[in-house]
Amino acid sequence: MKARQKRMILVGVAVLGVGVAASLALSALQSNIAYFFSPSQVLAGENPPDAVFRVGGLVVQNTLKRQEDGLTVHFDVTDNAETVPVSYTGILPDLFGEGQGVVAKGRIGADGVFYADEVLAKHDESYMPPEVQDTLKTTHANGVVETTARSVQTAAKTVAQ
Amino acid sequence: MVPELGHFALILALLLASVQAIFPLAGSLSGNRAWMTMARPLAFGQLTMIAIAFAALVQAFLTSDFSVLYVAEQSNTLLPDIYKVSAVWGGHEGSLLLWVLFMACWGAAVAALSRNLPLTVVARVISVQGMIAIGFLLFMLLTSNPFERLFPVPQEGRDLNPLLQDPGLAIHPPMLYMGYVGFSVAFAFAVAALIGGRLDAAWARWSRPWTTVAWVFLTIGIMLGSWWAYYELGWGGWWFWDPVENASLMPWLVGTALIHSLAVTEKRAAFKSWTVLLAICAFSLSLLGTFLVRSGVLTSVHAFATDPARGLFILLFLCVVVGGSLALYAWRAPEVSDGGRFDFVSRETSLLANNLLFVAFTVLVLFGTLAPLIYEAFDWGKISVGFPWFNKMFLALAPFLALVLGVGPAVRWKHDEPMRLVKTLWWALALSIGVLAVSYLPAFSGGHAWVPVGLALAAWLLFSHVAIVRERLKNKGGLTKLGPALVADLRGSGRSFYGMVVAHLGVAVFIVGVTMVSNFQLEEDVRMSPGDSQALAGYRFEFLGAQAVPGPNYMAQRGHFKVYRGERQIDELHPEKRAYLGGGMPMTEAAIDPGLFRDIYVSLGEPVGDTGDWALRLYYKPFVRWIWLGAILMALGGVLAVSDPRYRMARASARKPAADTAAARA
Repeated sequence: MKARQKRMILVGVAVLGVGVAASLALSALQSNIAYFFSPSQVLAGENPPDAVFRVGGLVVQNTLKRQEDGLTVHFDVTDNAETVPVSYTGILPDLFGEGQGVVAKGRIGADGVFYADEVLAKHDESYMPPEVQDTLKTTHANGVVETTARSVQTAAKTVAQ
Repeated sequence: MVPELGHFALILALLLASVQAIFPLAGSLSGNRAWMTMARPLAFGQLTMIAIAFAALVQAFLTSDFSVLYVAEQSNTLLPDIYKVSAVWGGHEGSLLLWVLFMACWGAAVAALSRNLPLTVVARVISVQGMIAIGFLLFMLLTSNPFERLFPVPQEGRDLNPLLQDPGLAIHPPMLYMGYVGFSVAFAFAVAALIGGRLDAAWARWSRPWTTVAWVFLTIGIMLGSWWAYYELGWGGWWFWDPVENASLMPWLVGTALIHSLAVTEKRAAFKSWTVLLAICAFSLSLLGTFLVRSGVLTSVHAFATDPARGLFILLFLCVVVGGSLALYAWRAPEVSDGGRFDFVSRETSLLANNLLFVAFTVLVLFGTLAPLIYEAFDWGKISVGFPWFNKMFLALAPFLALVLGVGPAVRWKHDEPMRLVKTLWWALALSIGVLAVSYLPAFSGGHAWVPVGLALAAWLLFSHVAIVRERLKNKGGLTKLGPALVADLRGSGRSFYGMVVAHLGVAVFIVGVTMVSNFQLEEDVRMSPGDSQALAGYRFEFLGAQAVPGPNYMAQRGHFKVYRGERQIDELHPEKRAYLGGGMPMTEAAIDPGLFRDIYVSLGEPVGDTGDWALRLYYKPFVRWIWLGAILMALGGVLAVSDPRYRMARASARKPAADTAAARA
């Protein structure tokens, strides 16, 4: 076999390998992504009924309730238009609090409660997840009062990369 | 006054950088020696100016000068002095200044340690570094000036983010930045070589130690970040596939590919254009990481409020750097002949496999990190990519990498006989298959399929490297005098070889750690009353209650635990929940009983009810230390490799007068 043919075969195998790898990676991705929905979208039924997704907004004041077992908490998440009740069992991140932005990941139950298995924590108290920021802006445009606005200046905090 | 001095020094640094970017390069192209000799003094001047600016900012922090906006945001009079210093890089502006300072340090180091290099090369390298410095200094002066004043002056500062008030994080960013910025040297060497059209083994030899040192810093930086996240965040995890973590991992992956491909270029003058491309990619990915972190386009646990102008600037800068260097590459690389043919069974092939696997993994991590942006751009919805995906991708590639890693160093350059390899490695293979079989037994693996795979791969790495060392020493005077032969080898030119062995064993240790902790860790969220006991993994945790304890700048609720193994008490743990007086932000301080074979980890959640009950998290983490131990070994290997006398000899021989060298050659 000539060197040229050898090289062609090598290139062919490489292209095939990359193709297979890419399709495997993409199909794996499909089952591992979680879409984000605002409470309004959830109440409008836009979310997938059985899949894991994320819901985000602000934690409504005075809705944080700890259940009897001491580990399960219930709270409401709002985008200032609609509200979704959330249930989470486990320890909440340090920066979780009423009136704060939050993103929860989980599934919605038949009872309309969102059962979260992950509540996103932040390193920084003045940070607002971009998704939550967006939903709040939209509802703000619809004439609802925005509750949490923070000055950009005081917010330049970082955990260095 | 002092902050203005710092600001002024930054402006001067920008001017110097502009001169540095233009004159030495122009001199190298036109043959103007005077202009070329400006390179070294300019690099030192650059460092001096930026050091002045940095000192000015440190001074503002130490004196709690809250008339400086950045100090008011990041510091507080109650903050212990050590954290006042680390607060300098606790925020965006200061970490940029640190970045630029390191950039100048690397530039000055190149200027000081490059006596053996031709002046044209030094001039070009330092010019390219000047160009990068212009970008960052402009960025700082236009969008993020750390010396901006605040009026009226507040009485008290806002305090440093409590998560950063920790020794681990005080040194994690500097290490990481040294690594990121260190790749700018490899980048500058690559671009300088492209400008000169001279890509050869000498070029690879010059940039090799620099690249390895940068890689060592990055390794340590990532490892410290992982260790810090483990004990400080209170979640007991060591890697989250968070966009910001990925941003530091990608340059590391490409950097690892680069140091291997540089070896081929130095020894065999092959892979030349590929090596240059990797050098460009490593630094570009460092910049991309900066962009991702600074622009806030991705949701991340490292996230912080951001300014779109900053993101835009970095994006533009990224385009200039990547676009410019790739254009240069496209223009120049075709002229480079890729000499050095090799057979299928050869060291080159195995290093090629290494490179392909590392690059493939980088591409996957990059894709997974950017997928939310891609989806958003096409209006497919707002998504997040879960860490199971990244884990799957890692598991799909890592075993192949480990397999190749055991063979690669045993193969000879250019051409080798398969039978010779079999003769060297057969017993290593047999032993690892033995490990596979034994650890497959349910008693060992507990039914986890990955346990035997991981342990067998680690064993394969260990045994194959023992075989490789044995083979080397056998060629160096027999196995009877193993000890003396080893010492002589370490004194001589063998250090880079043993550096490689140590780093590869680090991979084996890392694999053991990851395998064990992922498959056998135990975690329990519980509610406990004072006096309660809870069993986990053969240990008994007794909770004796929590009480308020004041700290220097916080109030803590400190829990008290006794940990028993059987009837014997092995440790007392005191996890804390802190409320910082400056910001009022709560902080979990986990308590860990560390061990080589397991960590016991307790973190306080929150108080429940009013009888002194707490929601708590208990963890059992087997072999978790091996993950960081592996990274430390990899870094040690890098240090050992750089200390190889062959790099110093090159320098020493160049210091001699030209006549001597000529005589030596004759």
